[in-house]
Amino acid sequence: MTEKSSFGPFLLLSGKDNVLVARANSPEGLVVALEGGEVRLSRPIPMAHKIARHDIAPGDVILKYGMPIGIATGAIRAGEHVHVHNIRSAYTPTHMLQDADGRSAGVSL
Amino acid sequence: MSEIQAFLRHDGRKGIRNTLVVAYLVECAHFVASEIVHQFRNTPHEGEVQLIGFPGCYPNEYAAQMMEKLCTHPNVGAVLFVSLGCESFDKVRAANAVDASGRPVKTLVIQRAGGTRSTIQAGADWIRQTLAQISEVPRVRMGVDELIIGTVCGGSDGTSGISGNPAAGKAFDLLVAEGAACIFEETGELIGCEEIMAERAITPELGNLLRESVHKAERYYATLGYGSFAAGNAAGGLSTIEEKSLGAYVKSGDSPISGLIKPGDVPPHGGLYLMDVVPDGDVRFGFPNISDNAEIVEMIASGAHMTLFVTGRGSVVGSAISPVIKICANPDTYRNLAEDMDVNAGDIIEGVRSIPEVGQEIRDLVVAVAAGKQTKSEELGHREFILTYKTFEPIGPACLPGAA
Repeated sequence: MTEKSSFGPFLLLSGKDNVLVARANSPEGLVVALEGGEVRLSRPIPMAHKIARHDIAPGDVILKYGMPIGIATGAIRAGEHVHVHNIRSAYTPTHMLQDADGRSAGVSL
Repeated sequence: MSEIQAFLRHDGRKGIRNTLVVAYLVECAHFVASEIVHQFRNTPHEGEVQLIGFPGCYPNEYAAQMMEKLCTHPNVGAVLFVSLGCESFDKVRAANAVDASGRPVKTLVIQRAGGTRSTIQAGADWIRQTLAQISEVPRVRMGVDELIIGTVCGGSDGTSGISGNPAAGKAFDLLVAEGAACIFEETGELIGCEEIMAERAITPELGNLLRESVHKAERYYATLGYGSFAAGNAAGGLSTIEEKSLGAYVKSGDSPISGLIKPGDVPPHGGLYLMDVVPDGDVRFGFPNISDNAEIVEMIASGAHMTLFVTGRGSVVGSAISPVIKICANPDTYRNLAEDMDVNAGDIIEGVRSIPEVGQEIRDLVVAVAAGKQTKSEELGHREFILTYKTFEPIGPACLPGAA
């Protein structure tokens, strides 16, 4: 977990990563400067959720802490929310309820 | 630095609390046992008299051994067993083990004691006499190198792996360097970390065993169809079990791994130990640990004097027998649940304090709690406890390379 650096409210945990982690609740429309250019958040990103550092192709391995945390199930554009709707575990399926988006049912932004 | 004045037990082990436990031996005796404990509410002994128990009517060697280890834990001063009378739990064996440890012990059998009211009365009477007796247990100085500390994470979210768990890992590094024994666990939450973890083992054979323990967990959970992953983990930003695992893994810190233990095995000396909590053999009796307190209880059975509990979503639990220090990883959760949290690791997310600073705070709090300071969950009266069915094979000699 070296090479930590920030992109606005988003944190890069390892230089190898293709995701960034929100260190604060980030509103829809926020402009974030990524290496490939500026992106505008298409939805609110709750604290500790992830966005794509750059475009990710279907089947790509998702890296966080420099380690694999799952596999992209579809194309993910730079700045898009990376979560249970577009990545899957290489081990066991993820159990979730309707609040997995971090917004509904008791999770405030 | 606070001086730790420990309770010296007959076997030479030292405790940081002097608890009288009331243990029901089947669910049918649970209510009566809990009513006995309630007799001490709003008295000076509130919190010292604690409830534990086993709900099942069928025998189980794991549960029998866990109960013996828990009832002879150095934080325990005396034990009252409450039996219905016809359950399969071997109450004579359990009472003999406590007696052999030099602790006061009594077994009440509801079917022979005259029923609910009579058993509650007899239990409360015995406890009043026994509290006076155990208040005379000798006190001796205890060093940090004699402490056994567990760590668990529960209600994890995406902040846990960035703030709370690395800070707990830093505290573990400090404690291991001072000679303490530190235990991390939940092999089902180390899936994806087995290779990097195996490299930290003090021998290659131990490295292989660490790797195998995670593979066993992977097979076990695959059969059950769920990973060690709750819906709230996803709401908190964790997408997969391997993402949760990497966050959980960092609470082990950077020390070499000295051994692999199973619930009830006491670390033979200082160092860092992995506890394998997934049962051996075919999948039986359901999930390895149905919730966080089952893991905490297993570390206590292995001698843990206290447990570091890292939470992002916000657990409020404590534990019977050994205090729980709650470390909140998420700054929003901390503000919302400050009355339940001992440490605000959310400061790391907000850039207020560094991981080493919070790690040092945790280490200092461990020593203060060992010296008698009450944790938030202790003050609030949390004394959660779970013990259920499992099956384990004993560990082999390669699991503890330095112990021979």
